[in-house]
Amino acid sequence: MKSIIIDDETTARAIINKMCQDLPELEVLDEFSNAIEAIKFLNENNNTELIFLDIHMPAFSGFDFVKTLKNPPKIIITTSDKDFALTAFEYDCIVDYLVKPITQERFNKAVQKAKTTAVSKVNESNELPENDLYVNIDRRLVKINIPDIYVIEAKGDYINIKTEAKNHLVHAPLKKIAEKLPNSLFLKVHRSYIINTSKIIDIEDNSVLIKQDIIPVSRANRPELMKRLNLL
Amino acid sequence: MRYSEQPNINYLKEIANGDDAFEAQLIGIIKREYPFEVKEFLQNFDSKNYKLAAENVHKLKHKINMFGLSKGYVIAADFEKELKASEFSKYETFKQILQTIENYIKTL
Repeated sequence: MKSIIIDDETTARAIINKMCQDLPELEVLDEFSNAIEAIKFLNENNNTELIFLDIHMPAFSGFDFVKTLKNPPKIIITTSDKDFALTAFEYDCIVDYLVKPITQERFNKAVQKAKTTAVSKVNESNELPENDLYVNIDRRLVKINIPDIYVIEAKGDYINIKTEAKNHLVHAPLKKIAEKLPNSLFLKVHRSYIINTSKIIDIEDNSVLIKQDIIPVSRANRPELMKRLNLL
Repeated sequence: MRYSEQPNINYLKEIANGDDAFEAQLIGIIKREYPFEVKEFLQNFDSKNYKLAAENVHKLKHKINMFGLSKGYVIAADFEKELKASEFSKYETFKQILQTIENYIKTL
């Protein structure tokens, strides 16, 4: 099985790598000290069959990482925490949970389990949670709760995603994020703006007020906006 | 509370399984990593960055465990939880654990 190791500790990676070497059926493709680098690798190499994944890593946890994977390979958690086992098994792709320090015997069992777990179960699992959107900001994947977004404004090559808590400036076209948002909640009202229709405060002529922002509504998009409203 | 457990490398030997080169490599990594991890923890604790200090303790927990310090591991786990709540009753004992490992690593 083609495998990768994700752990922020060099010692832990060295130990897991050694354990993999003792099992001829495993081939370690690469190892990563953080999840972001691993995501980049997986985007370019879709032949990874097994991931050894630490949960507790700075900035981006193992679970956050799993949520970014549309069609995850099998995953064996390797962690110092016993506390997350129940959470881990909510993910179908997670086939075993190893608590450090890991013994070779326990490791071998986990790999056997990964080998025998039905692939179809893994492939059917883990659709991205509908409410989460991950955006790339300064080499970090930042999670945004979609319903918290109230407006998205195109600014040149960037989009400004405004949420209840903060604004996120992301290098992406407006069209790309539009594909990720539920149509039931979001509407493009202008070539530079997508709004969350549930956040509208009022509408006046060719603009809507959302929070403190006045957003222009183009003539072409106005009929669709009016259709969405529960008018008295 | 006086901390009195003694570290050992039984786990490292078990993993190395007679591979002396790997055992030496692992000890080398630990010797390099450990002082930085301890320094980072102390800096974060002293500057009251308790959330970051808790993350440092989490990382150090694994090493404490690797050296067979089972009581030390429990203390570290409790201290990690304490830090998240900005409490520090286990701080002095935790520092003794760190010192015990540091002294031991010097002998390897």
